[in-house]
Amino acid sequence: MTVLADDRTREEQPAAEAGTRRMVALVGPPNCGKSTLFNGLTGGRSKVANYPGATVEVRAGAMTLPSGREITLYDLPGIYGTASRSKDADVALEVIGGQSATVSRPDLLLVLVEAATLRTHLHTVLQAREFGLPMIVVVNMIDLAERDGLEFDLDALSREIGVPVVACRATRSAGRAALVEEVEARLDDLESARPNLDETIPLKTLQAEARRMAKAAIVSEPLGNMMTRKLDRVLLHPFAGPLILFSLLFLVFQAVFSWATPLMDGIEAGMGLLQTSVATLLPEGWLADLLTDGIIAGVGSVIVFLPQIVILFSFILLLEASGYMARAAFLMDELMMRVGLNGRAFIPLLSSFACAIPGIMAARVIGSERDRITTILIAPLMTCSARLPVYTLLIAAFIPPTSVGPFGLQGLVMFGLYMFAVISGVTVAFVLKRTLTAGGVQPLILELPSYKVPNAGDFFAGLWMRASAFLRRAGTIILATSIGLWFLASYPASAGSLRETFAGQIGALIEPILAPIGFNLEIAIALIPGFAAREVAVGALGTVYAVQGGEENIQGLAAVLQNAWSLPTGLAFIAWYVFAPQCFATLATMRRETNSWAWTGFGFAYLLGLAYIAAGATYWIASALV
Amino acid sequence: MTLDSLTFGQPATIVAISDTDALLEMALREIGFAERDTVELMHTGPLGRRPLCFRLNETLVALRLDEARAITIELAE
Repeated sequence: MTVLADDRTREEQPAAEAGTRRMVALVGPPNCGKSTLFNGLTGGRSKVANYPGATVEVRAGAMTLPSGREITLYDLPGIYGTASRSKDADVALEVIGGQSATVSRPDLLLVLVEAATLRTHLHTVLQAREFGLPMIVVVNMIDLAERDGLEFDLDALSREIGVPVVACRATRSAGRAALVEEVEARLDDLESARPNLDETIPLKTLQAEARRMAKAAIVSEPLGNMMTRKLDRVLLHPFAGPLILFSLLFLVFQAVFSWATPLMDGIEAGMGLLQTSVATLLPEGWLADLLTDGIIAGVGSVIVFLPQIVILFSFILLLEASGYMARAAFLMDELMMRVGLNGRAFIPLLSSFACAIPGIMAARVIGSERDRITTILIAPLMTCSARLPVYTLLIAAFIPPTSVGPFGLQGLVMFGLYMFAVISGVTVAFVLKRTLTAGGVQPLILELPSYKVPNAGDFFAGLWMRASAFLRRAGTIILATSIGLWFLASYPASAGSLRETFAGQIGALIEPILAPIGFNLEIAIALIPGFAAREVAVGALGTVYAVQGGEENIQGLAAVLQNAWSLPTGLAFIAWYVFAPQCFATLATMRRETNSWAWTGFGFAYLLGLAYIAAGATYWIASALV
Repeated sequence: MTLDSLTFGQPATIVAISDTDALLEMALREIGFAERDTVELMHTGPLGRRPLCFRLNETLVALRLDEARAITIELAE
C-alpha cells in the first residue's frame, strides 16, 4: 500500500478546510508526460513517499490557481485502463475509486493522453468515464505531434466524449495556461465536467467507439515519428543494440568513478580544512574530539560520495526520460527470461544500482507475484550507490592507479565488481526460479515510447529529490551513528586500547566469527553501524582509525587502511560488500513489499551466507597467492 | 495467421484478439490492440529473434511469441 508522505498532515486538517481544498488527480497511460505536467503545475513542490521510483508512488503537491485558490494535485502511476494488472496500477485505481486509506478521493480527474498516440490510447480516456468523476481530457505534447504533422479538432472530440478537452504542452507555462484556466472554471461547477455514462461498456466496444472518435478528432495524420524510427533502426538493431546498451552501461560506471574524482577531492579537502580549523579553534577535549573525529570524520566520509550519486542518478533519469529505458527492457527481455526473470525486471534492477529501496518498490510493475519476489530478492545484489563509498575507498587503498590500455585499472575493477554482482544476481534468480519461486511466466506487453529530449526542469527536480534524500540520510542516520560510534569507540575513558572500549567489546564478540575470513577487530566494529546503512561503514572506519591513530587522520583514510590491512583482508572486505545485506531500510522495504517475514528472512540469510562465503574464498585465495 | 508469424515489411490488419485468456485479451486491448488496426513487425530482440516489436498504428509495442499468438491478422493488400 502506498504511503503518502503528507497523509498525517491531511488527517490533522480541520474538516471545513479539507472540504474547500479540492483534490485533483493526474491519470493516464505511462509516458504521456504526467510527471512533467505535475512538476509544471506544482512548481516541483511535492511530497513523495520515501524513495521515488519513476512514478511508482503517489506524489502530492500544492498548486495555486490564478485566482489564488490552492488545490492539491496527485500524480498517479500510469494506467492503460481500468483492469488491475500490477500493484502499481492497483494504487492508481484505489485512489480514483476512493478506496485508498491514505489518499482521499479526487474531486476532478485530469485524464492525460499523448497527442501523437491519441488514436491508440483514446479508449483509456473513454474508460476513465467509468469512474464517474468529473474529468478534463488533456491532450498533451501537442507541440510534438503538430511538429510531426498531425492536426486535431479538439472541439469535435469534446463533443464526442461529453467532457472538456484541452490541448497542453506540459513543459511550458504558456502551454499549460489553457488547462489551468479550465481547471479553475470547472472547479466551481464540477457537474459540468461529469461524464454522462451510466453503464459499463465492454472494452472491445469502447475501442471501436474510440477509433471512430479519433477519426473525427484527427484531421490529418502523417506516418508517425520518423526520428524514432531512424533511431530505433540503430538502437534496437540485433547486434548494434546490445553493443550500444553495454557500452552505455560501461560509460555510466566509468563516469561515476572518474568524473566524480575532482569534485570528491574538493569535498575531501574542505572536510580536512574544517577538521583542522575546529581542532585549532576549540580547546583540546571531548567536544573537539567529537566534532573532528566523530561528526566531521563520520558524516564527511559519506557526503564525499554525493558527486557519484548525482552522476549515477543523472544517467538513470536521462535514460528514463529519453525513452531509452523501455528499449533496454526490450533488448534484455529474452536474456532475462532465460534466467527466470521478466524484461520488466530490468528497470527495477537498474534502479537498484542507485538504491535497492526504489528498486524493490519499482518491482510493483511486475504483475506475476513469483517474478516480483524473485526480483525483490536479487535487487539488493545490484550494486547500490551506498556501496560506492566502500568500493571507492577500498579500491583507492588496495588497487594501484595504473592503466590498462585506455582505461584505469581502478575503474576496471569497479566495473568488474558491478558485473560480478549482476552475474551473481542472475545466478541466484536462475536457482530461485527453479526452486522456491518456480511458476508461470508473465506476458510481456511493453510500449516503447517515442524518443524525447528530456525536460531540464523534470531532470533537476528528480535529481534534487534523490540528492536530498541522500543528504537527509547523511544528516540523520549517519550523523547519529557517527556520534554513537565515536562514543562507543572513545569510552570508557579508562580504556587504553581500542579493544577495551565499548565498541571493542562489542566487536570482540563477533570477531571470532569474522576472523576466519580475514576480518580484524576494526572491521568487526565498523560492520555493526554498517547495518544501519552500508556507507556508514566508511564513516565508522574513519571514526575507528581516527580515534585509534590520533595524528593519522590527516592522511587519507585509504592510506591508513593500506597500512593497517593486508591485501587479502582488503579484497575480502570488498567481496563481503558485494553480497552483505547491510541496510535495515532495504530489509524493511522487502518486508513491506513482500508482506512476508519468511521471504525477508530468507533474503537476509542467503545474502549473509553468500557474503561470508565470498569474503572467505577471496581471503583464502588471495592469501595463498600473495 | 497470427501476429507471431508476421515478417518484416509486411503490414497486416488485426482481425481478432483471442479471448481464451481473458486477462491477456484485456491487457492487449488496453495497450491499444483492436480489430481493424494496422500492425507491422519493426524489430526483433537480439537473442533468438525474441521478443518482437510491432508498430501498432502510431505506437510501438513489444510482445513475446505467446502474446503475439493471441492476435489473429490478415495481410494488408
